[in-house]
Amino acid sequence: MSEPGVSARRTPDAVVIGASAGAIQALLHILPALPEDYALPVLIVVHVPPGRRSELTMLFAAKCRLPVGEGEDKEPILPGTVTFAPPDYHMLVEPGGTISLSRDEQVLFSRPSIDVLFESAADAYGPGLVGVVLTGANEDGAQGLAAVAQAGGMTLVQDPASAYARAMPEAALKACRAARRMSLDGIVAALLAAGTR
Amino acid sequence: MEDEKIEDIEIRLLLEALYRRYHYDFRNYAQASIKRRLRQARERQGVATYSALQDKLLHDPAAAARVLRFLTVQVSDFFRDPSYFKAIREKVVPHLKTYPSLKVWIAGCSAGEELHSLAILFREEGLEERTLFYATDINQDALEAASRGIYPLDRMKAFTENYRLSGGRASLSDYYSTGYGGAVFDKSLRERVLFSDHSLVTDAVFSEMQLISCRNVMIYFDRQLQDRAVGLFRDSLGRGGFLGLGSKETLRFSEHVDAFSEFVREEKIYQRRKA
Repeated sequence: MSEPGVSARRTPDAVVIGASAGAIQALLHILPALPEDYALPVLIVVHVPPGRRSELTMLFAAKCRLPVGEGEDKEPILPGTVTFAPPDYHMLVEPGGTISLSRDEQVLFSRPSIDVLFESAADAYGPGLVGVVLTGANEDGAQGLAAVAQAGGMTLVQDPASAYARAMPEAALKACRAARRMSLDGIVAALLAAGTR
Repeated sequence: MEDEKIEDIEIRLLLEALYRRYHYDFRNYAQASIKRRLRQARERQGVATYSALQDKLLHDPAAAARVLRFLTVQVSDFFRDPSYFKAIREKVVPHLKTYPSLKVWIAGCSAGEELHSLAILFREEGLEERTLFYATDINQDALEAASRGIYPLDRMKAFTENYRLSGGRASLSDYYSTGYGGAVFDKSLRERVLFSDHSLVTDAVFSEMQLISCRNVMIYFDRQLQDRAVGLFRDSLGRGGFLGLGSKETLRFSEHVDAFSEFVREEKIYQRRKA
């Protein structure tokens, strides 16, 4: 829903990232590049199969300078942390800046869903949000990215030509005309510019 | 400060209306997730705004009943998170065996998947005879489904695997027969169960429990309401009683954190402190 007075862009408060097929390679390009004094929280949905404890957290904790964790219910969202949605839960942002989880039905066959994270974060952060859609073989994230743009946030999409799977970034670009198409290096540069004080 | 969005004003008023008219209190639910559900409800009702939805629900009790059921429905699995049930079996049961009689509360039992899982586990561990189960939910459909104990056959494969991983001593199929288009669980599993309509939001404590299992229910509450619910659990548990939560829930942010100790940390099983 469009609201008056949200068009002026302000200093970002948070970053949300969505990725599916090919996610690990793309995220390995981005997350280790963030410095330890990075000023923004980074919330991430990667499609992972349910019923299995996520190994993403361990993998990225070993490679990143920022603390990496899996979201717990009602956890405060802190600057300079990386938080993955836990397998088989949707992860949402509450207006007060905490995480809430839900076991509501899958969205586009996914739980966690990128759309669910992005839409709730767009609601909570408005123009202070940076949304990033990376490689993937489905259309999750497209509606969510459009919601980020609608709320006045910054929207970045991995160039489909360089993505491992191009369907997801293509759908995001189609649903969100304002989004900028970028290489992974370009996304890193934009995230650094957004979150270095 | 930014003005409150029109949509958020409408949602607040709608939740107030549902509470005053139908005594369902979602006013302290986690905003982001109740908002998603309300949006789906609004789209299903075919109205453009939450104000219009409010109008409809205030004046059409049948539509309101359908929406309230939709807002409160949850689905679960048998032996969901098998490691949780394994920890109950291996670490909590030895303590429970020291009691001559037991009360177990499954708070927010939805369609009874977890109730049946615990009933099977208690039977296999020889505790069934001395146990009374309380299964509560605010959703009447869910309580009825739980008391029928019929589940889709196509889910039995996954449930059987969960049961095996949880340390099950028999075969899950020993506990059900096929009929009514589903897997019908043995009614003897429900002989020692009291089903009841109970709200963690508005209702009071239960009498002294030794185990309360409330998994992925409080994730839909805000912090304040979680504190209320955990306070209920604290007051409903006997000293040394156990509280099991969902795998991504924690008492870390609760005002009642000091009333509990971590009993099996990685499975979110807490114990009511003795002093």
